[in-house]
Amino acid sequence: MSDFKRIIAKRKRQDFIFNIVGIVCTLIGILTLGALLVDLFLDGLPRLNLGFFTHFPSRFAEQAGILSSWVGTLLIMLVTAATAVPLGVAAGVYLEEYARKNWLTNLIEINIANLAGVPSIVYGLMALGLLVYQFRLGQSILTGGLTLAFLILPIVIVATREALRTIPQGIREAAYALGSTKWQVVRHHLLPYSIGGTMTGIIIALSRAIGETAPLITIGALTFIAFLPPPPIKSQAPFVSFEWLWSPFSVLPIQMFNWVSRPDQAFVVNAAGAGLVLILITLSLNAAAIVIRYRVRKRIKW
Amino acid sequence: MNGSLELSIGATPKMTMTNDLSRLQVSPKVRDSDALDAGQTFEVKAEVSELNFFYGKLQALKNINMVFGANQVTAIIGPSGCGKSTLLRCFNRIHDLYPDTRYEGKITLQPSGTNVIGPETDPLEMRLRVSMVFQKPNAFPKSVFENAAFGLRLRGVNGKELERQVEESLRSAALWDEVKDRLRQSAYTLSGGQQQRLCIARALATDPEMLLFDEPTSALDPIATSKIEDLIFELKRKLTVIIVTHNMQQAARVSDVTAFMYLGELIEVSPTKKMFENPTEKLTEEYITGHFG
Repeated sequence: MSDFKRIIAKRKRQDFIFNIVGIVCTLIGILTLGALLVDLFLDGLPRLNLGFFTHFPSRFAEQAGILSSWVGTLLIMLVTAATAVPLGVAAGVYLEEYARKNWLTNLIEINIANLAGVPSIVYGLMALGLLVYQFRLGQSILTGGLTLAFLILPIVIVATREALRTIPQGIREAAYALGSTKWQVVRHHLLPYSIGGTMTGIIIALSRAIGETAPLITIGALTFIAFLPPPPIKSQAPFVSFEWLWSPFSVLPIQMFNWVSRPDQAFVVNAAGAGLVLILITLSLNAAAIVIRYRVRKRIKW
Repeated sequence: MNGSLELSIGATPKMTMTNDLSRLQVSPKVRDSDALDAGQTFEVKAEVSELNFFYGKLQALKNINMVFGANQVTAIIGPSGCGKSTLLRCFNRIHDLYPDTRYEGKITLQPSGTNVIGPETDPLEMRLRVSMVFQKPNAFPKSVFENAAFGLRLRGVNGKELERQVEESLRSAALWDEVKDRLRQSAYTLSGGQQQRLCIARALATDPEMLLFDEPTSALDPIATSKIEDLIFELKRKLTVIIVTHNMQQAARVSDVTAFMYLGELIEVSPTKKMFENPTEKLTEEYITGHFG
């Protein structure tokens, strides 16, 4: 009997030790992140007033704001989403539903997964060579948006395919058995049923893109910009204008980088403020993704 | 063989089951024609001749020859993997969704004379003419109404006519009274048995020539099962039914004719009563009495 007790005691000790190790490891991660956030909040929060959002960058830290960079971030994201979503979803649907499964599609599949892991600066170099020099799109919002679209395209494709894969084969068979063509199955069933997963993937991808700095610096985003792009809506016909696409730009992370590299401590505080705004945008994007996923899961249970 | 095929291509041939089977069934194992009720006449709805089916290199159906009577329920029984579902799924060409599948032979649908598996026949056409109900209830995550309406919408029916036909199909599937106040609710709020009847309504809405059931009650409880069995019995007035089932009591309850398959071959086709009381083949008897499978 005492043998059993000894063995049990030994095992319980092992259990306990791993428990402690696990807690320590988890805390290291969480505490570091928490400290970063708290520090950012303490530094940045006092800077978050209306003026910070409505002022251009300035030589004087107290008057400097993030107007041009948040507008730039917004417009870049618009271009990125408008390009990456249709391209990525269409490619995902094609690969999952239309393409025959053979060595070629396998090769494409592996490469798309690899593309998602390519360092973002490489995309920047590609965009510089192709978009800026070859297509002469300039160091514009269009170029920036397209660069980030290339960057997140693999993520959108993979998310679309994953979402399509969660739809049971029985649903496809039911739709085909009623005489649907492939396009009707995709249009009336697969796209609507997979939209939750696809949207989640798209939002996660955008929240990655929004913090990207390296590829945008590579294509020549400005670090100091004191004007806004031309407005998309005009007072005379045809009322919409796409001139803003050709405008130079800056984005929040670049603005932060610029401020952090200045010797004046007041600018570092500005950087913390901009960082806070960026983090809040990212967190709310992620929160939206979680809400969508939760609601869709409640609506569609396979 | 040739003689009988020519005959059946003409409009709605009438033939006695005795004649028909003795001439059509070339498989040496099927020779129970004398045992069928002599003189029983029926119209042929579908005629399967020398059907082989392959998944890649694997031959899943081997030289199947049989006829399906119009307005009859034909049950196909046999152990798992015997090819009964594979045979059923030939009728709406659902195999065509998957790569590396191949048909040989002929399935002639009467009175049109269409060869279901002929390369000249568009799978879409067969799916518009022949409906299918699957093993697991597979209602779409849409409203009850939209589920029943989907096949009709594909055919361009809409407005009041759509509503009328949806109601009719839900009535035919004995579901109308239960769902008439919740047509706009998600189909997933229905019980499993109701969902399966909704799938039947969806399949019936388009007025098909033939209805294929692939183990329609294997995921349902006994009460839901009995409702669906009653329904199948009713449905044969309007169309021809083929049902694949694991459940021999079910075959005995709902079908007029039963076919027994084993390892991709058709072993025996007999009137259901005879099949279960006095089967011709030893293998059939062993299966029915539970010696294997």
